[in-house]
Amino acid sequence: MKRNNFLEENGVDQLADVHEPNSREAAGAAMTANVSLGQAPAGAFPRTKPVEVRHIRLQPTQGWAAINLYELWEFRDLLLILAGRDVRLRFKQTALGVIWVILQPLLASGIFAVIFGYLAKLPSDGKPYLLFVYSAMLPWNFFAASLQRAGNSLIGESRLISKVYFPRMIMPISSSAAVLVDFAVSLTVMVVLMLAYRVQPTWNLLALAALIPVMLLTTTGVSLFLSALNVYYRDFMYALPFILQVWMYGSPLVYSVTIIPEEWRLLYALNPMVGVIEGFRWAVLGGQAVPIVPMGMAGVLGCWFFFAGAMVFRRVERYFADVI
Amino acid sequence: MSDIAVRVEGLSKAYRIRASRGQYGYRTLQEEVLSLLRSPFRLRNSRNDQETIWALDDIYCEIRRGELLGIVGRNGAGKTTFLKILCRITEPTAGHADIFGRVGSLLEVGTGFHPELTGRENVFLNGAILGMRRSEIRCKFDEIVSFAEIEKFIDTPVKRYSTGMHMRLAFSVAAHLEPEILLVDEVLAVGDLAFQKKCLGKMDEVARGGRTIFFVSHNLGAVTRLCGSAILLDQGKLVMSGPASDVVKHYEAKHLAACAEWKRPAGWNSQGFEFVRICVEDSEGRPCFLFRGDEPIFVRIDYSVRRPLPGCQVAMFLATSGGLHVLSSADSDAENVSSLQRNPGNFSTQLSIPAHFLAAGLYVASFTAHLPLQTTYDDVPEQVRFEVSRAGSLESLDSRKPIVAPLIEWQTEKSS
Repeated sequence: MKRNNFLEENGVDQLADVHEPNSREAAGAAMTANVSLGQAPAGAFPRTKPVEVRHIRLQPTQGWAAINLYELWEFRDLLLILAGRDVRLRFKQTALGVIWVILQPLLASGIFAVIFGYLAKLPSDGKPYLLFVYSAMLPWNFFAASLQRAGNSLIGESRLISKVYFPRMIMPISSSAAVLVDFAVSLTVMVVLMLAYRVQPTWNLLALAALIPVMLLTTTGVSLFLSALNVYYRDFMYALPFILQVWMYGSPLVYSVTIIPEEWRLLYALNPMVGVIEGFRWAVLGGQAVPIVPMGMAGVLGCWFFFAGAMVFRRVERYFADVI
Repeated sequence: MSDIAVRVEGLSKAYRIRASRGQYGYRTLQEEVLSLLRSPFRLRNSRNDQETIWALDDIYCEIRRGELLGIVGRNGAGKTTFLKILCRITEPTAGHADIFGRVGSLLEVGTGFHPELTGRENVFLNGAILGMRRSEIRCKFDEIVSFAEIEKFIDTPVKRYSTGMHMRLAFSVAAHLEPEILLVDEVLAVGDLAFQKKCLGKMDEVARGGRTIFFVSHNLGAVTRLCGSAILLDQGKLVMSGPASDVVKHYEAKHLAACAEWKRPAGWNSQGFEFVRICVEDSEGRPCFLFRGDEPIFVRIDYSVRRPLPGCQVAMFLATSGGLHVLSSADSDAENVSSLQRNPGNFSTQLSIPAHFLAAGLYVASFTAHLPLQTTYDDVPEQVRFEVSRAGSLESLDSRKPIVAPLIEWQTEKSS
């Protein structure tokens, strides 16, 4: 009995002919020849360039898994496209659009300047308080916004996670990457503020080249950790605003490190954001003492945070599709 | 190097259903901490409160390059789990699979489409999700758009697309992916017939290009036509493998016939109304799955009413396997519903769908006993299936593809 549910027109009837056993075997034989060269078969679809036939073994993983940087690199286009999508979507249906990127940190700094600088008169090492806060706000805003976006990135795309394979790390990392655009805009605004306050740029600014990677490592590590655990325990998203608040007051954002007693400074610098923020402030506004100790500690801790976050992520990501 | 594309050895996947899971399906920290406090000395991974379900159980198979493998089986047989493991969405619990080549999957068309983005942006996004490089997508962009037939709307946000356009674009992106191994799960149930045909054609083209395809479908006709070989899964176990036509025949005979009949599982409670048994029968009263186009189809519904249910009607909804609603009918259609009394007792109803009415295809029947728009007393959704073949149908005479195929009387007189 022939069953033709809907393939009744000529086109598909011809299609059936192709499936005569002979032609299939012929195709198979042609294939084998190609395969022995270790290349993808060039058939009806000519490839742009021959690709090595890759072998993967799928099996249960036990314990810790290595961080597969090569695979992340292979999916770099996805990372860029996802980040681009995030940026584009963020300002859809807003009246001011990109101006918000400039306004948000400026307004926040303004509020801090009034409350902590003007009313509470917190010391700002003799610098204009607005600039003092804004320079610290640069790395901090990136950190806080990344955590918020990356934390929800995986559960926000649960359909994708359960239907398509891609390195799961792409998701939180691309969320952070999208925030990097805001960071770049804020950095430009910083230059404008420096001009407005007539602050002479110094060679200190070169330190940013080292500080930005440290900021990225720290942020990515914490984001990976949070986003992974958030798949299992959604409590983290509720706790995050408070974690961020405590973390913010635990970092020299609105106050200067000088108010921390000398003997506690080392302990204080175990928070990698302390080194990053102090470094940013020093790079932008200058100062007598180079905060070399907190910066160095931030560098080491940043690498450690990244590594630990990524390892935890790799450890739990294998069950994402089953749990999400 | 052999010409094997995929070798699967002892592949198994267990899902643990936790008895102590929270109401949202995942545990909150609170629950985790509480359970630790309650029994601090119990091993953390103790599985006393967990029930294990083997979605895949010890599967062995080997697929050669350029082969089209059909995977058939009932819902819940493990077909999707099998594909999910092969495309690395989830890990197996035991066993392993060796994959030679890049894997592309089409588990659900259009996942990753973002409604706010335009068609163009979504092509790049979706392509990248499926593992294409940006340069690769740029190269094939025009081809993708023209295959989907949406050139005019490519810069319109996808949220303004019709379902059909959405599907066409999504399939088109996936079809232009060039993996050595392509996993396809029931994507042909969507879109119009012309596009379905185009998709099947494209799949065949891909296979001829030397790629290996895993094809999961309830459309047995398509499996037989397209696939050289097939495997049959049932409750996670591989029941049979071999030439597609043999496997499909076996599946129909042994498994699908069971679909023609539904019996109430023990322990199912209802609110005063219970469907007891529903069966699709031939003219001699035997359960039957496959009907010729020129045979009437009988549906027998046995039910019992436990308490008076005034106004309750018993209805049948018939849909194609693609989800197209074909007809609905209720036993009260001819009466005034408000005057309908339904008194306790056991009843048996037979209804018949006339010969020469349904077009060839697979049909899914759902049954419900309800007070229309108010209360549902009992329902049996999508449990009963049957198929109408082309044999004896008008369609077999030429290449029509209608939704209904009634025998309509034509009266022609010579007028002058």
